[in-house]
Amino acid sequence: MSTHTLSVLVENSPGVLARVAGLFSRRAYNIDSLAVGPTENPDISRMTIVINVESHSLEQVIRQLDKLVNVIHIAELKLEDSVQAELLLVKISATSKNRFDVDAVIETYGATIVDEDSESMTIEATGDAAKISDLLNALERFGIRELAQSGLVAIERGSGSLADRTLSTQSIPTADSGQADYQN
Amino acid sequence: MSKKMSGASSLVQSLESAGVDVMFGLPGGAILPAYDPIFDSKIRHILVRHEQGAGHAATGYAQVTGRVGVCIATSGPGATNLVTPLADAAMDSVPLVAITGQVPSVAIGTDAFQEADIRGITMPFTKHNYLVTDPKDIPRAIAEAFYIAGSGRPGPVLVDIAKDALQKETDFVWPKELSLPGYHPQLEPENQFIKDAAALIAQSSKPVFYVGGGVIKANASKELMQLAELVGAPVVTTLMALGSFPDSHPQHLGMPGMHGTVAAVTSLQKADLLITLGARFDDRVTGKLSTFAVNAKVIHADIDPAEIGKNRFADVPIVGDLKRTIAALIPAVKAEFAKNQPDLSPWIASMNKLRATYPLGYELPKDGSLSPQYVIERISALTGPEGIYVAGVGQHQMWASQFVKYENPRTWLNSGGLGTMGYAVPAAMGAKVGAPDATVWAIDGDGCFQMTNQELVTCALNNIPIKVAIINNESLGMVRQWQTLFYEGRYSNTSLDSKRIPDFVKLADAMGCVGLSCERPEDVDAVIKQANAINDQPVVVDFRVFRDAMVWPMVAAGTSNDDIMIAREMAPDWDSQEL
Repeated sequence: MSTHTLSVLVENSPGVLARVAGLFSRRAYNIDSLAVGPTENPDISRMTIVINVESHSLEQVIRQLDKLVNVIHIAELKLEDSVQAELLLVKISATSKNRFDVDAVIETYGATIVDEDSESMTIEATGDAAKISDLLNALERFGIRELAQSGLVAIERGSGSLADRTLSTQSIPTADSGQADYQN
Repeated sequence: MSKKMSGASSLVQSLESAGVDVMFGLPGGAILPAYDPIFDSKIRHILVRHEQGAGHAATGYAQVTGRVGVCIATSGPGATNLVTPLADAAMDSVPLVAITGQVPSVAIGTDAFQEADIRGITMPFTKHNYLVTDPKDIPRAIAEAFYIAGSGRPGPVLVDIAKDALQKETDFVWPKELSLPGYHPQLEPENQFIKDAAALIAQSSKPVFYVGGGVIKANASKELMQLAELVGAPVVTTLMALGSFPDSHPQHLGMPGMHGTVAAVTSLQKADLLITLGARFDDRVTGKLSTFAVNAKVIHADIDPAEIGKNRFADVPIVGDLKRTIAALIPAVKAEFAKNQPDLSPWIASMNKLRATYPLGYELPKDGSLSPQYVIERISALTGPEGIYVAGVGQHQMWASQFVKYENPRTWLNSGGLGTMGYAVPAAMGAKVGAPDATVWAIDGDGCFQMTNQELVTCALNNIPIKVAIINNESLGMVRQWQTLFYEGRYSNTSLDSKRIPDFVKLADAMGCVGLSCERPEDVDAVIKQANAINDQPVVVDFRVFRDAMVWPMVAAGTSNDDIMIAREMAPDWDSQEL
């Protein structure tokens, strides 16, 4: 099994998340994480999907996904060619007594305290999966009360853009009457 | 250009603009606004007795004509009754458009009367689907639905329309162009792969054409004949491909798969090259996948890129329309053969020997009762290859695939992928509507027939004179066969007693059909001729057949094709074959 990050441009239309999630579920593909959000184009959303597959079936996943009419483009983002990040919000048991220790940890990971009261602190951090996991390990000794974590989002390194390369505005003429013979 | 009208009128105008000439349906509350303009439309609407019948009828129509079939139903139960035919059409790549009414948009999500999330329900087995809540979106949704259903790998598309969208006033504008940024079927095969395929063909001494239903969808039978005769290799046609290549052709070895011929199954197993055209390596064809055609390289041509490599690695993948793909292969193979043409004669001779040694056959019942295979053989012989044959699912379906002689594409309809019992009667109805001059025989089982026979009422009232042969073995025969073979003959819930109840002759009569019955071999020809002579009414013939007849050959589920049995506990005599 190996992990792959797919960046999927989809039409921003109702039901598209259900279509993608349903496809993964019914074909028994394993999703590690899925994040959806807007793109620079309001008609298009980007899904970043991390999947765990045998390498030979990655192609199969991509081809099945590509059959969904609302899916416009799929690219695999390799770790070395992309910037990848998750968002972590974690609430730990910490008081003024161990504040100094907490500060030391979060400084190392570039995290920030976004909320605190007499018993707890909420820390926000972003980074790749390894960094987030390391941070969580480091925070464990303070006692983790609650955590919320986003799926991974990723973007290609360099100046290129998936949308530029893939969005053709090719249109299909319809027949005025009589069923068009699309096949031949 | 635009005209003011109701959403309902816009829907009907859209269907007319899409070229629809017939649709099968049944009204109800949410779709009711659409039925008012349907009343005045030039589109023929056939009122079915159950929405499932509408769906299968649309499928039958689509399968014989190659056009998009249309069915229409109301929300809730009307829509859910279309679920089976939509799943069926998805599995067999049938171009369908299903229109359903939905509760008013303000009521969606409130568990309103007759509300069902049919878009959500049908997502897994439609090629695409729509929920329309704004009447201005109706023409575009319909135009896209027809384009998506009929292009690329065909499939069903559902358009669910909220009742208020049908009622509100709107402008009707039929779109001149469609923009589907995520949908670009690849029709033109890549030249390099055509060349690679031709080179592989020229290097192979044991090639086989493994032909699937895609050849029929692509109307590529003529091209297939040219390529097959050019290469000279044996041809096998899957259950979905029967008729794409004539059964009578000397290169044809029959159908591969669980109930295929010994020659067809063995040719795949022993081949060094599978020239796969519009087939999908289904488990019923491959048997245990790891033991399937282990020495063969694979050329896999299909319009759906996701089929390539799904079950079997393709040495040469070709994505494209099969008509174009095969047409492109012909000159490419000729060019390769000019350099080197392999000698296939030892291979062809060994396959011909297998075919001669193990033809399809059956034993006549020792008690003198009627053989189901004989009945089907005679229907074929007396009706001829211009007839259209539509089967349900089970033993009778397999016998109809084995003992009807197919010479032409689009003359054999069945539920191949989903295995939908009850398919035959409504699909035959749709087939007859699509091909009114053809003799259409539904070859059905007594179990299947009892699922959907109410559409014979529709046939009787709408002048759709189909013929139904009930192969009545008073059992769920295929399940009974498995109980015989794998469950020590413990016949749990497979006996139907349908020689007692119902009385199919009376039932046929009650539904406005001619009801006939036959239980003696010597009466078979006369009753088939009598049925074939009736063209103004549907005919039902209750053929009361031998109960314990079995379908052979058989590759048991999950076993290797190498373990094909020609009869119970009887394998072919491999030692006498040089393969």
